Amino acid sequence: MKMIKTLRTGAAIVLMASTALTAAVSAEDIAVTGATAFTMGGKGKVENATLLMSDGKIVSVKSGGSVPKGYRTVDASGKWVTAGFMVAGSTLGMGEVNLSADNNDARASKAKDTIGLDVRYSLNPANNIIKNTRIEGVTRAVTQFMSTKDNWQGTGAVIQLGGDTADKMIVRNKAFISINMDEGAARSNGGSRSVLWAELIKKLDGAKPKPKSKSKSSDDKKSDKASDKKKTKSAGDKMLAALFAGDTSLMVNAHRASDIRQVIDLKNTYGFKVILTGAREGWIVADALAAADIPVLVNPLDNLPSRFDMLASTSANAARLNAAGVTVAFLPPDTLNARLVVQSAGNAVAMGMPWEAAVDALTVNAAKIFGVSKSYGTLASGMDGDVVVWNGDPLEVMTNADNVFIQGEEIPLVSRQTKLRDRYKEIPRAPAFKK
Amino acid sequence: MKTFNLPGGAGARSVLLAVGLSALLVACGEAETPQGEFVDINRDPFPSSYTPLPSETVVIVNATILDGKGGRIDGGSVLIEGGKIKAVADIITPPDGARVIDGTGRWVTPGIIDVHSHLGVYASPATQSHSDGNEVGDPVTAGVWAEHSLWPQDPGFGRAAAGGITAMQVLPGSANLVGGRSVTIKNVPGRVAQDMKFPDAPYGMKMACGENPKRVYGGGKNNVLGRPATRMGNVHGYRQAWADAQDYQRRWDKYERDYKAGKDVLPPARDLRMDTLAGVLKGDIKVHMHCYRADDIGTMLDVMKEFNYKIASFQHAVESYKVADKLAENGVCSAMWADWYGFKMEAYDGIRENIPFVHKAGACAIVHSDSASGIQRLNQEAAKALSDGIRAGVDISKAEAWQWLSMNPAKSLGIDSVTGTLEAGKNADVVVWSADPFSVYAKADMTFVDGAVVYDRADKSKQRVADFELGQPGEGDVK
Repeated sequence: MKMIKTLRTGAAIVLMASTALTAAVSAEDIAVTGATAFTMGGKGKVENATLLMSDGKIVSVKSGGSVPKGYRTVDASGKWVTAGFMVAGSTLGMGEVNLSADNNDARASKAKDTIGLDVRYSLNPANNIIKNTRIEGVTRAVTQFMSTKDNWQGTGAVIQLGGDTADKMIVRNKAFISINMDEGAARSNGGSRSVLWAELIKKLDGAKPKPKSKSKSSDDKKSDKASDKKKTKSAGDKMLAALFAGDTSLMVNAHRASDIRQVIDLKNTYGFKVILTGAREGWIVADALAAADIPVLVNPLDNLPSRFDMLASTSANAARLNAAGVTVAFLPPDTLNARLVVQSAGNAVAMGMPWEAAVDALTVNAAKIFGVSKSYGTLASGMDGDVVVWNGDPLEVMTNADNVFIQGEEIPLVSRQTKLRDRYKEIPRAPAFKK
Repeated sequence: MKTFNLPGGAGARSVLLAVGLSALLVACGEAETPQGEFVDINRDPFPSSYTPLPSETVVIVNATILDGKGGRIDGGSVLIEGGKIKAVADIITPPDGARVIDGTGRWVTPGIIDVHSHLGVYASPATQSHSDGNEVGDPVTAGVWAEHSLWPQDPGFGRAAAGGITAMQVLPGSANLVGGRSVTIKNVPGRVAQDMKFPDAPYGMKMACGENPKRVYGGGKNNVLGRPATRMGNVHGYRQAWADAQDYQRRWDKYERDYKAGKDVLPPARDLRMDTLAGVLKGDIKVHMHCYRADDIGTMLDVMKEFNYKIASFQHAVESYKVADKLAENGVCSAMWADWYGFKMEAYDGIRENIPFVHKAGACAIVHSDSASGIQRLNQEAAKALSDGIRAGVDISKAEAWQWLSMNPAKSLGIDSVTGTLEAGKNADVVVWSADPFSVYAKADMTFVDGAVVYDRADKSKQRVADFELGQPGEGDVK
């Protein structure tokens, strides 16, 4: 992923929605045969599918298709195949143990520029949670900061969970700027929503590209000279410029219906792309969200009035938002349990969301929301080979992933957890000697 | 200090005995000073005021039944009468006037019992004023009782009923070495905590191993001593507390001996912390110990033997799979999550096969929640654990796995003589599931406590709206 500086017409730079140049050239040619393939994105399913992958990409998905010479065949007869799933929010790759360990980079508590923070420097491909997650069929994730000293939470990336370097992991960096506008954020940033929103509006007005003025007022000249010409723009300023240029999105965390209405107003006022996350009371304003074309990230299990801005929480939230035409993707319970996003999706179905919509939420919807749908999200020719073979309905709690491919490479179903499992299957006298 | 005697309880008997003895001695003219009133400690100052909700005679027919003991009947029937399970059989002819529930396609199980909940003591909404679970400041707070924090209006109780929860243990938190008494409740609406208290359920006492106490007290943030700061400091704390409790009990025993011998003696000073700890040593109160690491578990098994008390269960116990044989040998249950792990160092070695591996070793395995969200789907947690176990080669049936959700929890709480399985004579704590409860798509259609419907998915009047939820956005909504 690169940030390329371009035209500077009062605004700034443009982020290239780049796809990573990662698919290993040496990736095997693989045929997954005999399964029911759910191609997603309203495209239905292919029975007795032959799914071909070459050079890290999906070549074709055809019913009863033949396997060309040189392809390794993975027999998936009677099984289910989907694209690898994606969690729409996590800190994957940025740390492991939240409490009582020093390996977490997702809390940027001393950051000065809380808008421009870049996850890239924190990503660790050897992170164990990544392995625990991907072997359960989740191959992609949005990763981002948990907290800073204020309510801006830096930028976030879409990563794939198979890369062995940070650059290979990153599919799209700076895919969004994250900001928290919920009740907790109001308490710790000015004490009131009225402060929180005023500060945000002030910041955005300051960053808004100035229209080319015909009559140069003295005020404009001053500010042009003072700030624009001389100073190098901060990472945060560049990100805000990218937001106004349409090259990234603003991800806003908010829950209360009245707060969400203000988020809708924000989008209508400034016109940039907005993603709503959290959204406990999103269902109340579902029609307005759909009309404003604001996608929503929810945890389908949230159904308690955990706070006063979450009073109307219901696990029917996802189903209702989807029914209203909102593009929905799913948040996992937390990063360690990112793999459980699949169970959460199953529960969304139990609460009335159509199965296909829930699978879309785990794949193509997330891909569209975060700008990676050209390479990921469906089982279509030319897409990245993120493919999972399941031994049953993937949303079921007793189903497991039997084969996981990320960008065409098969991932060994091994993690620190599986090694512990194997070591203690028969309790050893001397565990450290048991390899 | 006052004496309150429990009718028919041990206290009452010893008082009668003592009074009779002293009267005899006085009559014989051997006592020189008249004795004061014998002081006995009331063991039940907050008695249960639970009464069963109205129930009717119900027959569930043609359902898949898991009896909770490991048995399964396909196409079987369950008869509920007078709040009790009357019969579980292949075919039951419904008595006249009985409500017949068609169980076709449905599954029937014992109600789920969650041995680790903080509902009511960390209630929703999670405002500071609802944070009532950790009495921080002193590492040994055996004198606090969770029921005195329990807010019956926590909306979480109703959500749990929709997940098939019929009883639960509400515990203090794990900040302290000894957190205080837990309370076992029935998942029914109530106005005061006593309305929910499970009649005759023994008390539990929460203790905590490992990181939490040393983090809370180390460094002196929460008490001036800054202790405990280490695991060895923790163990010193437990042992000193037990030694103190032994001493306390000896004083009371001596008081009783002396009194019975006719002496005019003052009772020892009452210490509410010691009352609880001594209650454990006497076997009246069950210890539920938050403990993650295998070595911490091993240490506590020896502390248990040293002071001759019983640990009913290790809670969370993410490394139980490493010492499952020792748990089996010592008859200690292990209450676990299906797959939570890693959020702190002592949880780092959690594996998804923990529950089935403990089961395989012949130890008592329990699925618990410790979560207002997780408690709503413990059936799914069991399903995940079962699936991972089967995948790792452990042969367990769904019927056996249900023991993790009702019978084993009931055993660890000491209520298994009245609930936890579908057996004639037991309380009718029953769930009717819309489908196989090991499926993510299954919902509890009906939840019964003592034969009364405490949740019905098809009947709005049986879906709870807590006082807190009245007049709020989302009132009465599907949750």
